[in-house]
Amino acid sequence: MRPALRAMTAILTREALRFVTQRERFLAALVRPLIWLLVFAAGFRAALGLSITPPYQTYITYEIYILPGLVAMIQLFNAMQSALSLVYDREMGSMRLLLTAPMPRWWLLFCKLLAGVLVSILQVYGFLAIAWAFGIRLPPLGYLAVLPALLVSGLMLGAVGLFLASTIRQLENFAGVMNFVIFPVFFLSTALYPLWRMAESSRLLRDICAWNPFTHAVELIRFALYLRLNPESLGWVALTFALFLALALWGFDPARGIMTRKTR
Amino acid sequence: MNALEVLDLSFRYGRKEALKGVSFHVGAGEFCALLGPNGAGKSTLFALLTRLFVARQGRISVMGQDLQAHPRTALARMGVVFQQMTLDLDLSVARNLAYFGALHGLSARQSAMRATEVLERLDMAERARERARDLNGGHRRRLEIARALMHRPRLLLLDEPTVGLDARSRAAITAHVHALAREDGLAVLWATHLVDEVAPHDSAIILHQGAILQSGRADALAPPGGLGAHFLALTEETA
Repeated sequence: MRPALRAMTAILTREALRFVTQRERFLAALVRPLIWLLVFAAGFRAALGLSITPPYQTYITYEIYILPGLVAMIQLFNAMQSALSLVYDREMGSMRLLLTAPMPRWWLLFCKLLAGVLVSILQVYGFLAIAWAFGIRLPPLGYLAVLPALLVSGLMLGAVGLFLASTIRQLENFAGVMNFVIFPVFFLSTALYPLWRMAESSRLLRDICAWNPFTHAVELIRFALYLRLNPESLGWVALTFALFLALALWGFDPARGIMTRKTR
Repeated sequence: MNALEVLDLSFRYGRKEALKGVSFHVGAGEFCALLGPNGAGKSTLFALLTRLFVARQGRISVMGQDLQAHPRTALARMGVVFQQMTLDLDLSVARNLAYFGALHGLSARQSAMRATEVLERLDMAERARERARDLNGGHRRRLEIARALMHRPRLLLLDEPTVGLDARSRAAITAHVHALAREDGLAVLWATHLVDEVAPHDSAIILHQGAILQSGRADALAPPGGLGAHFLALTEETA
């Protein structure tokens, strides 16, 4: 195996081992979307009528509609948690170990990003299994078809997290940033309501949602779960990934960005 | 060829000048103590030597390899122990070493072989299966040194490696690293503000407010046993 692949395998294995040893993290990641699914969605089932919109070919319950949004929510929270742990690692020193390895820095950061995505995918499948047990079921092949979509959307959200980690100097600043990122990004998307519903209340809100890259991550996942590709969403997600990865790499460049600023 | 050569190195945090034209070198088998009070610029110097920062002025070369032009080759020749602990506490000693070995491109077999070697070298062979969390402070530090030796570097950088340790652990670690320099020909740069860690035959550099005040053999800088007083007087004089 080539050295770069060895480094990647080591980073992925380390992240997976940390995930296995931190059971609380796994449970916390599942509880949040399950509450949305089993409490919030059940309560709103009667209040929200949903017409037939792609990729659905029939009327669906609200639980079915909200499921892809909650899958993306797991990835969003995981990406922010990974970013938080990066800031922590940078302050505590273990990030230095990674950054001083004799490998291209972009490769090491990409591996770290991929490791976070791997963990988020494990969380997503745990969530989908519980949803299945509660009777919220999807086309059987959809569970497999969604895997590439999860990879792409996870990479995009991870890159956003990596960029945030590269701009934040101190750990205590991160909680505020997370609130400013997670809540607007999640609520101004199609995770909870379709775009046409948003348009009924405000055209502006609808447009904001349509521009939100998280909307496209949700739609990419939604279509993939029904064995369909949404090229527009794939394009948006890929573009956002490339943009934020480039910004994050700039931020972690030893000659520029956060690395040259003094942290006290 | 010197293991480490630093030439006219300067660095600023915005308007604050952290290092001012620092030049020195460390040869093979040399134990060089970088002495300086807190805020002297030692950690900034380490960040530059490990390429966490890039200096806009000056040159650093490791075993003849320019750090700026050939960062990977230069980094592959150095082992680093940072001031803050960088172990994964939930992983075993062996897994911590294997992770680091893989970051340096070692295969699983090479990693296992080197891990046995370095743990034996630092009297920790029997602890390979223990979780890092279960080790005491001194052993954690020794593990970090063992890890820094996994890829057989020619230069070992240690930034305040004995901070927070009791006297016995400090003495043991200092003795181990002196032995590495003496017996294996490893070049060592040991940053500290604790003068008693420096042996009379070591070379020493006194760094203060980002500039080198004095350098040379420790016993030539001050009379025997007087390095501490000399260091204090020198840094207070220029404060």
